[in-house]
Parts: sequence; C-alpha cells; structure tokens
Amino acid sequence: MNWRRVGALILRYTFLYTRSMPRILEMFFWPVMDLLVWGFVTMYLLKAGKAVPSYITFLIGSMIFWDILYRSQQAITISFLEDVWARNLLNIFVAPIRVSEFIAATYAVGFVKIMVIVALLTVLAFSLYSFNLFIMGISLIPLFVNLLLMGWAIGMMTTALIVRLGQSAEALAWGIPFLIQPVCAVFYPLSILPKWLQPVSLAIPATHVFEGMRQVLENKGMPVGHLWAAFGLNLLYLAAGALIFSRMFQVARRKGLLAKLGTQ
Amino acid sequence: MWYRTCTRLNWCKLMSEAIVQVERLRKEFDGTVAVADVSFDVRRGEIVGVLGPNGAGKTTTIQVLLGLTTPTAGTVRVFGQDLEKHRIEILQRCNFSSAYTGLPSNLKVWENLLVFSMIYGAKGWREKVEQLLALFEITHLRGKITGHLSSGESTRVNLCKALLNDPELLMLDEPTASLDPDIADKVRKLLRRVQHEKGTTMIYTSHNMRDVEEVCDRVLFMHKGRIIAEGAPRQVVEKFQQNSLEEVFIRVARGGDLLGEVAE
Ligand SMILES: Nc1ncnc2c1ncn2[C@@H]1O[C@H](COP(=O)(O)OP(=O)(O)OP(=O)(O)O)[C@@H](O)[C@H]1O
Ligand SMILES: [Mg+2]
Repeated sequence: MNWRRVGALILRYTFLYTRSMPRILEMFFWPVMDLLVWGFVTMYLLKAGKAVPSYITFLIGSMIFWDILYRSQQAITISFLEDVWARNLLNIFVAPIRVSEFIAATYAVGFVKIMVIVALLTVLAFSLYSFNLFIMGISLIPLFVNLLLMGWAIGMMTTALIVRLGQSAEALAWGIPFLIQPVCAVFYPLSILPKWLQPVSLAIPATHVFEGMRQVLENKGMPVGHLWAAFGLNLLYLAAGALIFSRMFQVARRKGLLAKLGTQ
Repeated sequence: MWYRTCTRLNWCKLMSEAIVQVERLRKEFDGTVAVADVSFDVRRGEIVGVLGPNGAGKTTTIQVLLGLTTPTAGTVRVFGQDLEKHRIEILQRCNFSSAYTGLPSNLKVWENLLVFSMIYGAKGWREKVEQLLALFEITHLRGKITGHLSSGESTRVNLCKALLNDPELLMLDEPTASLDPDIADKVRKLLRRVQHEKGTTMIYTSHNMRDVEEVCDRVLFMHKGRIIAEGAPRQVVEKFQQNSLEEVFIRVARGGDLLGEVAE
C-alpha cells in the first residue's frame, strides 16, 4: 500500500465533490427526505394512538441506521460508477495503482461522506422529532461501525459485478441493498420473519445490528452477543467482497473489459 | 537485425538494451483471435511504430503491454521483468496516451495533472506541469474543465500527463488521431525531441503514414494478429516494392494474406 497514491486518489474525489453543487446536494437529499417522511409517519401513528411511543424511536432509529448501511454501500459503488460514466478509469488502470489502493481511497472518501450525513441526520432528527440518537450511548459506536463495514462489503461486491458485467449492470448499484432489506429485520424484529427464513437473516450482519439497536432502545443493555456476531460476519463478508472484487478484476483483464469500462 | 534499422549512429549504443520483449503473444476474446502470434523486441531509446488495418490487433497488443489485458499465451517482459509479476513497478516507469481515452473529464486540467503527478510521484509538479503545458502550447487551458476541451486539446493534455513521470517507456495509441496538421506536426517533432533529450522509448500506433515515416525508427506491420513485416520504414517500403508506406499499407490491407511469405 502506497499512501501517496491513496492520497492522490482521495484528492481526486475532493476536487470532484467540492466543485459540484448537484453532487453535494444529492448526497444529502435522500437521507433528509427519508428522515422527513418516516418522522412524520411515526408522528401520525402516535397521534392516532395506534402506536406506543417507543415505536417512534424504533422506526426513526431503523430508518437512520438503514440509511447508513445504504449510503455506505452507495458511497463505494456510485463513486465507481461515476468514474465509469465520466470515462475516468482507463488512465487510472494503466497508472501504477494497486487494487487495494483504489479500494482504500474509495473507503476513505466513503467514510467522510457517511460521517457528514450521519451528523446532519442526527441534528435534524433531534430538532424535528426530539429523537436523540445518542441515547443509545456507547453502543451506538460499534453498531455504527458494523453497518459501515457491511455497507462496504456489499459495495465491493456490487462494484465487482459492475466490473464484470459492465455499465449495463449499473441498476444493481441501487437494487442490491433492497434485496436484503426484507430479510435483515430493519423495521421489524427477527421474530416476525417465518421460522425457515430466520437462519438466513441471522447470517446477515445487519440483522444483528438492527436487533441490537432495538435491544438498546428498550434499555436492555449493550447487545454484546449481536455485536460480536455482526463483527465476525462482517469480517467474512469483507474478505469475500475483496476476493470477489479481485476475481472479477482478473476476469475483466482476461476479457479485455477494463479498457472498455474506461472508455466506452 | 535491429542494428540495420538504427539510422542514427549515436543511438546505437543506447539501443542495445531490450526494454520490451514479447514472445509468442496470443490473445483471444471469446473465440475472436485479436493477436494470433506476435514476437518482437523494443530496444532502449527506439520509437517503434505499430501499423496495420483496423482490427489488426494493435490496440490489444498495447493493452497487453500495459497490463490492462492478460495474454492468452506467450510472455511479456518489460525492463527485463515479467509483466504479470511486476506490473506496478513496471507501470511506474511507463506511461500511456491515446486520442480515444481522455483524462477524468470532470476535473480541471491542472487538477488532473496534479493528481497524476501525485500518483506517479513526480517531483516538483508545479514547474513540471507548467513546462509541459508550455511545451504543448496549452498553458491557457490550465483552468478549463477537461471534459470541455476539443478533442485536439484533450489529446495534448493527455500527452502532458503521459510525460509527467519522465517515462522510460511511452505507449501511444494513435496519439495524433485528432490533431490538426499543424499541431500534429508539432507533436511529432516534440516526441522526437523527448526521445533525443531523455532517451525515451516509445511504442506508437498510428494510421497516419506520415507520422510513422517521420517519427518511427522501426515499424511492425500487423495484419490479422500477426506481424507480417518489420524494419525501418524505408526497408519495409522496399521489401514490398512500393513507393511509400501508404501504398504498402493499402496493398497489405487488400491482400495481406498473400504477403505472408514476403515478410519472412
Ligand atoms: N474486449 C474485447 N472483446 C472482444 N473482442 C475484442 C475486444 N477487444 C478487441 N477485440 C477484437 O480484437 C480485434 C483486434 O482489435 P484491436 O482493437 O486490437 O485492433 P486495432 O489494430 O487497434 O484496430 P484499429 O485500427 O481499428 O484501432 C478486433 O477484431 C476486435 O473486435
Ligand atoms: Mg486501435
């Protein structure tokens, strides 16, 4: 790993982001819209007397957490797609840059983006709905880290698919996270899922994060079991993601797809 | 064989070292044979032109040399090292430019050149960039968005990028394809100058026979994935008993298969 080259790639993203107003706005647009809609839905449920107050925290908490997962996946995949759209990649691929350096730079930029978004959502949620994300206390940090890791793992896998299948597969970038949303107990507890589906759900790191989050919000203490499970699974997923990515990169080199990705 | 092609005496000594050694290279893409069986050496300080009709396998050969595409069979050694094993070290000492693959289109010209200076670890980037911009007479484009440049302008920015790291080996895929005759002439002279001042080795594909006659010390004539003739431009013309490279080209393109024996 050569940090000068990682720095150069980060600088490239910085130039891209600081320049483009639409890009900056887009980064905030969806999370804020999500927060508004879900916030008002839960307020309505509350007013109509159809829900106990803790549900407000569950739903808004779930929504913010889902967004962290989704955005961290998007941060990886979309920044790659943007390079594909802007035909940016060929000159990068023929430069002395290791795949790991490329991924490291993407992760670093993804991390900063997520931090900014989470800060904004936290402030908004608190001021609009008096939802204090920090009531979760210290558990918030490991939960957050696990979401981030899972987002990156999925981001790497989706990007790998785009490398392999080309630009025509770009819909996957938005679709893949929603493929797992129903199974990973985001807005409802694991126990709601049919019995046969529960083992599948438990194999997804996010399930443990969302279960853990509800445990914390119910004041049942730090969800140590779930945190470890999520972390262990995430390491597996990240390893798998890196493996898939470098495999697909090799396949793309064999099929001459790298040159096509960069120029089409 | 190579010493016969060496027209300038003072270059002969430098040219004794083989910088690129390609042996029995073959590249197939799902049944299409892009490069059938190609072997050649490139000596230090030489400018080698790769010519041939559309689809002859020129770009594919260059992509293999850049590590963008892996060979189906055969070996490629650059600077005496195996390309597959030492890709990053080799790329650090090479560079590439093509009229058809631009730099990241959403960055300004100077931003792009800064990013690539960092990637290649070029020292004193500010002076270097200014020098190169002045050399290609595009200092006024410094602050423009790369994607807004005309194709000839962007070709010249690409060439600036390709010289940032003072490459020992420069691969140029149709570098003058979109230049007007005046600029094309200047670029040819510049490339010659770079060769003389820095001893840069170049591999150069072009459909412009004028380019090739003026710039290249030696040409490889490719047809259907094979090299069918090799030598100094004048030698090739004589071998085919024509008056110019252009005539040779047309003859080869229209009846290349028959000429297989002539080449050997
Ligand atoms: N990624 C790929 N997948 C499938 N076939 C490919 C791929 N890249 C190149 N080819 C095929 O390989 C052959 C050689 O292509 P190449 O681009 O090397 O030709 P070229 O000599 O550069 O031609 P041109 O003068 O048109 O640039 C062509 O028939 C092309 O269709
Ligand atoms: Mg070509």
